[in-house]
Amino acid sequence: MTMIEIRWHGRGGQGAKTASQFLGEASLGTGKYIQAFPEYGPERAGAPMRAYTRISDEPIYIHSSVTNPEIVVVIDPTLVEAIDVTEGLGDEGVLLVNTDKSPGEIRKATGFKKGKVGTVDATRIALETLKLPMPNMPMLGALLKVNSLVTIDQLSERVKAKFLKKIGEEKTNANLEGIKRAYNEVKIG
Amino acid sequence: MTKKIPLTGDQAVAYAMKQIDPDVVAAYPITPQTAIVMSFSNYVANGQVSTEIIAVESEHSAMSACVGAAAAGARTMTATSANGLALMWEIVYIAASTRLPIVMPVVNRALSGPINIHCDHSDTMGARDSGWIQIYCENAQEVYENTILAVRVAEHKKILLPVMVCQDGFITSHGVEGVEVFEDKKVKDFIGEYKPDSPLLDIDNPSTYGPLDLQDYYFEHKRQEAEAMRSALDAIPEILKEFEKQFGTKYDFIETYKLDDAEIVIVVLSSTAGTVKFVVDELRQRGIKAGLLRPRIFRPFPKEKIINALKKAKAVAILDRSDSFSAEGGPLYTEIKAALYDLDIKPIMVNYIYGLGGRDIFPADINKVFEDLQKTVAAKFTLPKVNYLGSRE
Repeated sequence: MTMIEIRWHGRGGQGAKTASQFLGEASLGTGKYIQAFPEYGPERAGAPMRAYTRISDEPIYIHSSVTNPEIVVVIDPTLVEAIDVTEGLGDEGVLLVNTDKSPGEIRKATGFKKGKVGTVDATRIALETLKLPMPNMPMLGALLKVNSLVTIDQLSERVKAKFLKKIGEEKTNANLEGIKRAYNEVKIG
Repeated sequence: MTKKIPLTGDQAVAYAMKQIDPDVVAAYPITPQTAIVMSFSNYVANGQVSTEIIAVESEHSAMSACVGAAAAGARTMTATSANGLALMWEIVYIAASTRLPIVMPVVNRALSGPINIHCDHSDTMGARDSGWIQIYCENAQEVYENTILAVRVAEHKKILLPVMVCQDGFITSHGVEGVEVFEDKKVKDFIGEYKPDSPLLDIDNPSTYGPLDLQDYYFEHKRQEAEAMRSALDAIPEILKEFEKQFGTKYDFIETYKLDDAEIVIVVLSSTAGTVKFVVDELRQRGIKAGLLRPRIFRPFPKEKIINALKKAKAVAILDRSDSFSAEGGPLYTEIKAALYDLDIKPIMVNYIYGLGGRDIFPADINKVFEDLQKTVAAKFTLPKVNYLGSRE
């Protein structure tokens, strides 16, 4: 099976849904089949939420939520303690966390022994580039370092297409800068 | 040239509506249909369509405005979900019996109560006897194409019935997929210029809509309505043929997946059919003869096609995403079972009620159904006729 499944953990308002969609849409641009969808609950800012991205070389038939992801991206560092973010993540899986901690510390906190763990301080990067605590775009950059699902350029094109009209050139460029910085700064261990 | 763009199911509807450019849209927003009205309102505000949009104060008014507009001779659309459909109920029947070709995308959502915003089919299944044609879509691509198709179906002179284009709330309506969209001109050419049948505004040829119709003629008019639905079975294939010629997609009343030699079969509507295909592929790799039947058009009920598709199977599980309390089972089950009743040799047929209020259905659930069917075929046990799949009780 040539399908990759990604689960995003965030809190309402942090842009997990947007990140899941941008990744899917950038992959669509490279000829892949995609699905990107949030798990809706009673939405409120700050409440834990999940979103999913599926990327495949073949048409995607399945329509249930993802139970055994290849990659888990945790956008909010406090969720590592609050919920089991590694649920269903296989031995070959990748756990990517927005945190100032090291991969070793995250392994200890989650009990995730195999696979790969990546950490990046995406909130700090967002504060320094965008001047807002929006870690979702940097997390996309870090994700492309651990799995080259699309190139940074392909993702950037998508970000520009979605953001330029909506938030203007300056903020769009700040987002692109955040993506590149996280790509370079992510620690894998 | 088609192009593939990322769209949610709701956006796919709005995009199709933009290309259709209906004369009148009267709609009231309700989750999870909201994004349809929102996206389409943007097209109106940007001047990308010439539609007169009527922002009404309720769904009852939305459908009432649609009835007025359609009777006047306007190409008319609306969209709704669940409680919104329930609120327009009175006028839903009037639209059909007045033979008004209104197209209404419905984003399937559980009816309250208890209050719930997620997917099941209790809303449109309740409306199955309202006289509307019902098309159920598996994914955003189909949502887009069926919305365009529905215009021609509704307006066909031998049909003249309103059409619901149903998609699964959140699962399809809020999931982004790549959707191949057609050129505006090709869509325009396909739907053609609307020539209404006996419009109220044709004052040179006056006609009457909605008069009192008591013991003397009501019965005949209802029988003619039934006849219109029956004749849709003959008229729709012509439209599907034209659709294939214009856009390349071949559709039928039903979709079958690895069904020809299948011994155990699942019948299900909409997005869950995709998950069943995923499981069928896995089972086929293990040599298990599993298959899928997905009715795409539920009204008119394609009885003969369903009988032909299922008659060779050994056991069939029919999955309903709505219940009919204390009946023989859910609506899809009872109708298919009734359709096969007259066969001398027929498959074992069982019913599973699933996914109420958006309860997710996983490949493991589908696997369990196929396992149940296998055991039943091997006479290892007798299944209850009605089962609840995925309920934690």
